[in-house]
Amino acid sequence: MSISAKDVEHVADLARLDLSDEEKDRFAGQLNAILKYAEKLNELDTDGVEPTSHVLPLANVMREDEVRPSWPIEKVLANAPDEEDGQFKVPAVLE
Amino acid sequence: MKEEPVLSLFDLRLSDVHDRLARKELSVSELTETSLKRIAETDGKIGAFLTLDEEGARQTAKALDEQLAAGGERGLLFGLPAGIKDNMVTEGLRTTCASRFLDNHIPIYDATAVRKLRSAQAVTVGKLNMDEFAMGGSNENSAYQPVRNPWDLSRVPGGSSGGSAAAVAAGQAYFTLGSDTGGSIRQPAAYCGVVGLKPTYGLVSRFGLVAFASSLDQIGPVTKNVEDAAFVLQAIAGHDPMDSTSADVDIPDYTAALSGDVRGLRIGVPKEYLGQGVDPRVKERVLEALGQFESLGAAWEEVSLPHTEYAVAAYYLLASSEASSNLARFDGVRYGVRAENPDNLMDLYRRSRSEGFGPEVKRRIMLGTYALSSGYYDAYYLKAQKVRTLIKRDFDQAFEKYDLIVGPTAPTPAFKLGEQVGDPLQMYMNDILTIPVSLAGVPAISVPCGFADGLPVGLQIIGKPFDETTVLRAAHAYESATDHHTRRPALS
Repeated sequence: MSISAKDVEHVADLARLDLSDEEKDRFAGQLNAILKYAEKLNELDTDGVEPTSHVLPLANVMREDEVRPSWPIEKVLANAPDEEDGQFKVPAVLE
Repeated sequence: MKEEPVLSLFDLRLSDVHDRLARKELSVSELTETSLKRIAETDGKIGAFLTLDEEGARQTAKALDEQLAAGGERGLLFGLPAGIKDNMVTEGLRTTCASRFLDNHIPIYDATAVRKLRSAQAVTVGKLNMDEFAMGGSNENSAYQPVRNPWDLSRVPGGSSGGSAAAVAAGQAYFTLGSDTGGSIRQPAAYCGVVGLKPTYGLVSRFGLVAFASSLDQIGPVTKNVEDAAFVLQAIAGHDPMDSTSADVDIPDYTAALSGDVRGLRIGVPKEYLGQGVDPRVKERVLEALGQFESLGAAWEEVSLPHTEYAVAAYYLLASSEASSNLARFDGVRYGVRAENPDNLMDLYRRSRSEGFGPEVKRRIMLGTYALSSGYYDAYYLKAQKVRTLIKRDFDQAFEKYDLIVGPTAPTPAFKLGEQVGDPLQMYMNDILTIPVSLAGVPAISVPCGFADGLPVGLQIIGKPFDETTVLRAAHAYESATDHHTRRPALS
């Protein structure tokens, strides 16, 4: 499999990144090299092998559904780039 | 490079520091000033710190000195100046992850590990440089400045916890905290000639550690010696309801385990860890260390971890996939640096991220997004998860026969700045001996085992899950029989 400049654009779009033409070229080359190396994994027969997503034998971790104190609004908003009336502010979403 | 001893309070054993404090021959303020002075004198060359908290450190020191005068119980790490890797959030103290994206970020709470350091009464002096979002093995991916290796300023300190390792090597802090995803504590510890411990996955809470790859990330100590590592681990280990992947296990007395006795220990040495690509000087130091273990009464023999050569490929797919998901939170809405004058919400997301992230972070987000995207998930992500199972089985099988697995931490000593920046794949290969351990989730320590033409070499001692006591006991016994850990860089 080989990644084209068009693939790079598609992936950048999914990842919400704007890339310059220079970056697109560079990433296409580098990602191809990395994925070519990753094809090494196909040397291994993994039929019937369970995937490991996590090393600990953890199932769902549950707790009582009880009310606990939360952060005050002013603290939550302390690092907000823009805020108004106790809410995060972003450009208009609806016309 | 010629080394000479740095005559520092930080060369004292922790118990000696505490004895002196108890006898009023030393104050916490003196300890803190030693750290701040050393940072002021040396950090222009090293670049280990991103943010200093001189005022906060002095206030804490003063309060601890008052407590000392009044008498009473002292915390486990009482009065010890500590540096914290800048991917652990610290209430009121800037936390950047060495990224422009978080240039202005002042966290509103402490990471659990940081809170536990405070409870143990350590003194936080500042936040340490790293590869941006912990992605890298040389510290050259910091958006602020590279860190330089105290043993040779033209060389990298390793990464991603390069600041954590360099600060300890340069005597700037008594100990530091780092984080390890694929070797990010152990490899810089090896390059800088200090001790670095990656605990078993889940032993130390990840709450407040800015996530890179959640199934791999683990916080651990970087120290001058094994005893200090045991003390720091004691302070930070333990179950945390705020981290659902935190392990609910009993925490043993780690320092009590440092008996010096390794007689009868069975050590497996993976032939893959001393094979092709490993510098002959590194191999020689490791074989010398194994000889030392033999003379201490332990036995070693060769073992095979047959899937070692697949670990780097599996790791970069898995870690990058997790990163692409974790870093979606950096959207310029709730925190971080927002792009100016966005046209609309989508433009705000895209430009904030594109302007805020550096090249390695973008590269890994791209790789992870691709590996998780429709049509490629089975071929890359799922395949890598299955290979992870095979790698974990290698360790499970070896641990049926051996108490420990021992090899080099990194295939070479520290390389020159700029030497590998153009070739990401070559850079990834520096972690070839630490990544399998991370994928298996087991604990490992890097301890100094000598030098290669003046550059430190690290010995990696790997243990069974949650068997940090055996890892520390073996590392301590080896260290006690050698003097590599007492050598300090000249910093000339």
